[in-house]
Amino acid sequence: MRTLIFRATAPYLTALMLLYSIFVLLRGHNEPGGGFIGGLIAASALAIYGIACGVSPVRRAIRYHPMAISGFGLFLGAIAGVFSLFAGVPYMTGLWVYPTVFGVELKLSTTLIFDIGVYLVVLGAITSIALALEEKERD
Amino acid sequence: MEIAVAALTGLYFAVSIYLMLSRHIIRILLGTVTLSTGANLTIFAMGRITREVPPIIPSGLYLPAEGAANALPQALVLTAIVIAFSLFAFLLVLVMRSYQELGTDDTYAMRDAEPEGEPLPPLGY
Amino acid sequence: MDLTFLAFFAPFIAAVFAPFLVRIAGHNAAWILAVVPALIFVHFAGFLPDVAEGGRVTGGVQWIPSFNVNFSWLIDGLSLTFALLISGIGTLIVLYAGGYMKGHPQQGRFLCFILMFMGAMQGLVLSDSFFMFFVFWELTSITSFLLIGFNHNAERSRRAAMQALVVTGGGGLILLAGLIFLWNMTGVSEFSLLLGTGDLVRESPFYLAALILVLGGAFTKSAQFPLHFWLPNAMEAPTPVSAYLHSATMVKAGVYLVMRLNPVLGETVAWETILPLFGGATLLVGTFLAVRQTDLKLMLAYTTVASLGLLVMLTGFGTEKAIEGAVLYLVAHSLFKGALFMVAGNVDHEAGTRDVTKLGGLLAAMPITFGAAILSAFSMAGLPPFVGFLAKEEIYYGIAASDPWSIFITAVAIVGNALMLVIGFAVAVKPFLGPKVETPKSAHEAPLLMYAGPVLLAALSLAAALWSGLFHQFISSPMASAVAGVPLEITISIIPKPGLALTLSIVTIALGVVLYFGLARLRAAMAATLEAIGWGPDLGFDQFIRGLVRLSVVLTRSLQNGRMEFYMTATFVLLALWLFRTMFVADEWPAMPAFPVLSIYEWVTVAIIAIGLIAVVRAKNRLTAIVSLGIQGFAVAILFMLMGAPDLSFTQFMVETLTVVILALAMTRLRLSPQDHRSAGQTVLDGAVAIACGVALTFILLQILQTPFDRTLTDFFNLYSYSLAQGRNIVNVILVDFRGVDTFGEIGVVMVAGLAILALLRIVPKRSLGSAPAPRVPEAEPVAVGKE
Repeated sequence: MRTLIFRATAPYLTALMLLYSIFVLLRGHNEPGGGFIGGLIAASALAIYGIACGVSPVRRAIRYHPMAISGFGLFLGAIAGVFSLFAGVPYMTGLWVYPTVFGVELKLSTTLIFDIGVYLVVLGAITSIALALEEKERD
Repeated sequence: MEIAVAALTGLYFAVSIYLMLSRHIIRILLGTVTLSTGANLTIFAMGRITREVPPIIPSGLYLPAEGAANALPQALVLTAIVIAFSLFAFLLVLVMRSYQELGTDDTYAMRDAEPEGEPLPPLGY
Repeated sequence: MDLTFLAFFAPFIAAVFAPFLVRIAGHNAAWILAVVPALIFVHFAGFLPDVAEGGRVTGGVQWIPSFNVNFSWLIDGLSLTFALLISGIGTLIVLYAGGYMKGHPQQGRFLCFILMFMGAMQGLVLSDSFFMFFVFWELTSITSFLLIGFNHNAERSRRAAMQALVVTGGGGLILLAGLIFLWNMTGVSEFSLLLGTGDLVRESPFYLAALILVLGGAFTKSAQFPLHFWLPNAMEAPTPVSAYLHSATMVKAGVYLVMRLNPVLGETVAWETILPLFGGATLLVGTFLAVRQTDLKLMLAYTTVASLGLLVMLTGFGTEKAIEGAVLYLVAHSLFKGALFMVAGNVDHEAGTRDVTKLGGLLAAMPITFGAAILSAFSMAGLPPFVGFLAKEEIYYGIAASDPWSIFITAVAIVGNALMLVIGFAVAVKPFLGPKVETPKSAHEAPLLMYAGPVLLAALSLAAALWSGLFHQFISSPMASAVAGVPLEITISIIPKPGLALTLSIVTIALGVVLYFGLARLRAAMAATLEAIGWGPDLGFDQFIRGLVRLSVVLTRSLQNGRMEFYMTATFVLLALWLFRTMFVADEWPAMPAFPVLSIYEWVTVAIIAIGLIAVVRAKNRLTAIVSLGIQGFAVAILFMLMGAPDLSFTQFMVETLTVVILALAMTRLRLSPQDHRSAGQTVLDGAVAIACGVALTFILLQILQTPFDRTLTDFFNLYSYSLAQGRNIVNVILVDFRGVDTFGEIGVVMVAGLAILALLRIVPKRSLGSAPAPRVPEAEPVAVGKE
């Protein structure tokens, strides 16, 4: 699997896939996509990187332990629901704000935060499984 | 289309059950993977099947197009796919580890929890 | 708050504090703890004037209103007498236990159990609601289990405790069934209301079933033959337990139940046959077995069995006088048997043995104990001027008549009573009079805590007879009225009236005296007889338990045989059977569907999936299996796309990619072959099961597809997805907004799966540490410690 071409192209492929995964995540509310799909794409990207260049470069590249990323995602998901407390509506009611940044109106919402949480959980958990199995392959 | 999917789920269940009736853990694992796909297709078919129009509201409108697919089973199946995958990964690692630990892939030989020829429990008080 | 309500819980509260009090105050804690039952006694004594005038006090609070279950109590002559006996004797027993268990390391625990039992027993007799009654009934079984097994280091104690629990607890379950029968027959679940429904119950076709079930509960609890064996075995318990549970209270719970239900179930042929038969048999068996014993406590225990038989016999005999006799005898028995048990405990405690053949001449050392003993023995023997005499006179008034059945029952009563006289004197006279015998401990008088109880009870036996007018007015007449269901007036006093009853009394006493002097020979004869029979229900219990264990082992080993394949086959066979059964029973088969009209690429996709699946089954090597699994997965992704589910399609696509990658990583490492090694027969069987399940599930799905579709939810999501949740992708809106909490749970599952996998991979295999797994040594057959 560790051919030269694969190894040379893998980082670019991974970067592209990660970018695409974020794109899929963000457009998920209106077009096909969302946290689950985005997370799976990102996890596949990291898995490909791991197969091509070894597990430790991946671990260095993502800096945090994948399970920690996953845990942070779960935390975000829980927090996203708490905002509705301040608005006096039931837990996890979606709230929206429309700030204008550089002249572009953005639609931000607590559901987006929740979806990012889903993205991170899936990304973290599946990356961690894939990396652990790839590591086993090596030792 | 629904009829074809119903027949397909039957095939899925038959195949997965046949695989799961094996004594070999790797075949049981393959059985669980196909079983979850079969279950997903069943749930999907229960929500009735339409062709090609996704449940997405076109811009400028407030309702999806007439004849759009049913969104509810899709949402159910989407999480089910991810969870089935997590289960598959877990079972795979379990299979791997039990094979390493016990040195066999035959469920007949895995008797640590229920050893053969256990003595009678004490009959006194 | 209602004081009666508090009285229900006071013993339990006291029980909680008992261990702490004992830790602080030692055995003197008994003085403090005895205040609780004493106050309860005073509280209930306050009801006496009301009840003496035929009053009936009910009260309570709603418990589970939706099931019409209330926490309600009923205080009438019957339950009040019991409540007074329980709290009164309970007070003395707590004090007695303070002296008897003095210095015992677990005295606190013991007092705690005793008080808990007291609370349970008191709740039992005062309950109005069936369900409360049942709960307290089983609670007495459980607390008596704890008390009998108090010396849990001894196997005999454990066995006795287990026996009592199995017999009385099992009887309780039978009783529950009986009570539910009564509830269904009458529609009321409270004794106070049930008492007015006697005719309805007696005419019901389920009368006999209800009767047998209720008696099943009563007979086990009150140790009726042939389920009497647990009571003598329960003598393994410390003496305060025997004096309290196995004379005055718990074993009378069954008698209480029979008396309570007499107005409802009584006055039928079945009632008046079953009760005297079982009661009479128990009376005879109990007294004859008592003769056989030499242990003071066992002698008393068997006479308790006999007395319970007598009570059941009288309750079922059916005349008003017999019921009056039963009531008098019940009170008399509680007084003298409680006292005699405590006397036996004193002798055991001070002289070091309770074997009657090794005791004698203790009079000089223990005069007060002897006084209590001889007074109680007089009452037990039915001699004037004691309450036992009143009881016996009334019994003979009740049962003596000229028809054969009455003559038979009277004969049984005479023999039983005569033998009870023998035992009473053997217990009360033999250890004290006669030449002094060397005892293991040099005997001296028991402390105040220990003789207060028997002396007071013996004095009460006397007082109740001397002031019989007051006794009848407040205690026995109201109680007899409650049992009979009609007002009764008891008039008997210690002035004997010449007549048949007195003659029978004299015959009894004469027979008793003769037998007393022939006791040694009688004992030898009984011993020889029992030896010759060789088998008894006690041994039967052991055989029953052993058989049960063996049966469960056989069942468990055949059902849970450690073969995964067996479990799977059983599961799927049942699944197929159940699905087809439903279709057969309801006769609902899916209509023959029209042949599907698919476009060419849909056909191709479906075909690819089918081929992929079959290839997975038939794969002979790893690569084929993985590749064909991947093929069917990707084809499903395409199928989702064709069915208008792009989100699913993407997800399936990514998941399938990862599945194949991970599977490849793991399987290359394991060198596991997916090949099958099934025999041809096995293949056919498994294939049949699999195809049956597949066909059944397809049928179910077809059936579902042929019913009209409810679009409510779909329309709801379609309508509000953009207007409320501002999302155009409805699937995503459902996931992150409408059903957000669900999704939150699901990502939690994903994360837990990840953690579990990491944990599994991190566990260091024991073998890789260099230590080979210990070889399996065939374990030796365990030594069965049960008595064979």
